[in-house]
Amino acid sequence: MTKKTKTLNLNFGPQHPAAHGVLRLILELDGEVVEKADPHIGLLHRGTEKLIENKTYMQAVPYFDRLDYVAPMNQEHAFALAIEKILKIDVPIRAQFIRVMFCEIGRILSHILNVTTQALDVGALTPSLWGFEERETLMTFYERASGSRLHANYFRAGGVHQDLPRGLEEDIAKFCETFPKIIDDLETLLTDNRIFKQRNVDIGIVTKQDALDYSFSGVMIRGSGVAWDLRKSQPYDCYKQLEFKIPVGKNGDCYDRYLCRIEEMRESISIIKQCLSKMTRGPIKSFDGKIAPPSKKEIKQSMEALIHHFKLFTEGYRVPNDEIYTAVEAPKGEFGVYLISDGSSKPYKCKIRAPGFSHLQAMDYLIKGHMLADVPAVLGSLDIVFGEVDR
Amino acid sequence: MINLIDLEKKINSELATKIKKSEIKHNQLYLYIENEDLIDVSLFIKSNEKMKFRQLIDITVVDYPENNQRFKVVYLFLSHEFNHRIILSYLINENEVINSLTSIYPAANWMEREVFDMYGVKFKDHPDLRRILTDYGFEGYPLRKDFPLTGHTEVRYSEDQKKVINEPVKLEQNYRNFDYESPWEGTKYIKDQTDNDKKN
Repeated sequence: MTKKTKTLNLNFGPQHPAAHGVLRLILELDGEVVEKADPHIGLLHRGTEKLIENKTYMQAVPYFDRLDYVAPMNQEHAFALAIEKILKIDVPIRAQFIRVMFCEIGRILSHILNVTTQALDVGALTPSLWGFEERETLMTFYERASGSRLHANYFRAGGVHQDLPRGLEEDIAKFCETFPKIIDDLETLLTDNRIFKQRNVDIGIVTKQDALDYSFSGVMIRGSGVAWDLRKSQPYDCYKQLEFKIPVGKNGDCYDRYLCRIEEMRESISIIKQCLSKMTRGPIKSFDGKIAPPSKKEIKQSMEALIHHFKLFTEGYRVPNDEIYTAVEAPKGEFGVYLISDGSSKPYKCKIRAPGFSHLQAMDYLIKGHMLADVPAVLGSLDIVFGEVDR
Repeated sequence: MINLIDLEKKINSELATKIKKSEIKHNQLYLYIENEDLIDVSLFIKSNEKMKFRQLIDITVVDYPENNQRFKVVYLFLSHEFNHRIILSYLINENEVINSLTSIYPAANWMEREVFDMYGVKFKDHPDLRRILTDYGFEGYPLRKDFPLTGHTEVRYSEDQKKVINEPVKLEQNYRNFDYESPWEGTKYIKDQTDNDKKN
């Protein structure tokens, strides 16, 4: 005699601490086994792309901070690179180092958040307390350079907004000395932790083929053993001059992705150190007055500078007719900007390619056949931030 | 490792009838095709041993309301093996239904849903063509150029009806869009004149 079974529909989120933001997940459960997952996204949709079409290029930069809000500068980078390629302007070498350094700081920011909250999701509280203290330090670096802890608005086409304040480089160097110890501490808490391993090893396995089919990028594809990193394969800014390794996973499960993130943090520290040692004094933005605003001092003395300043902050600069796709290796994967300019000072179209969007799409395939308790673990290791998924 | 120029030549020779135009810009290959050739072309670039464009990075649409064929559909492909990118595009009319890529690239599912949501372009054979980013019950296609920036409706909780309601947008102040563009280059007729002078 067979018993009739019925599946149960469960609504997970949008107000659930393990949903990492505003994800609404409709789960179809057979007992405790998930049969189907249907993510409902868009609860944080703000129409970024539409807004960007109505703003000048310079005014559009802050919108990029608000996408993946745990690593804001990495996204500004993609936008700045896209404009620079169309305008064919060179970025002074110091500005390149500053940008790469802050991108790596963003990577650490994002990975700390992800690793520690993933631990939190599976029941470990301490890592997040330790990790967030470091994030706070990193965000003060953001604040000292840009004036803002989170929404930096710091990168510009042709360089960065302003030079680093005195003493910041030394403080970042000091941080690079102390931080590896924190990573080690986190690892002693998690890497060999029995509970953490039970919750993550062999959970949410992504095969190489699926990683390609579902357009995975970043840690999600490297965790499955595909050695692919845009910083190496399509280097932008000064990544060519830097030496770093790309950690690659073997099994493609949540645990491997965790290990990749930990290793990437160490590599980021090494990149930051190299940037600091190679950085020399010099200009931090393009000299072209038609693109980069003049200094306050110049405005007081030069008529031309004053006009440039006025024009830049009213009309903005014009970008000739072109179409381009530029991608950077953001902490979560390939973050791209597909930009169409029409010769005016506003983008005609700006499509943002967010890595989290394709990762979340695979949720159904990843979670099928897993237990309900694995949902937060898998979701955590996907590294979803709703700012970029919903745009 | 084949370079981009060879790649362009190869695609052009193998798919001669299907490629309308191709060019290399910014280290990327731009291909222009016809609507109905999409499946053939993408299957070819995905499976060919010399190309292996196995990742679909994104799908999007660009709206040109003044054009006869209003929408330009754009596909971005990436080949890990050969480290190349292709930007594939074609033009369609407003109500044209286009082929879905979901059977070739599973990742196309949400991307096509997003295109449908934002532009109202419909896909043939899509397994699950629902809106994705906008609210439940949303009307209109927000990324079309004729959709106002402020939208049509605003949402609030009504204390009287004890539920969330949608009502037409009421703004205390209209959206202000200043036109800063002309003064620097001079008015248009002067510009035309100087351009003519330069030519002569």
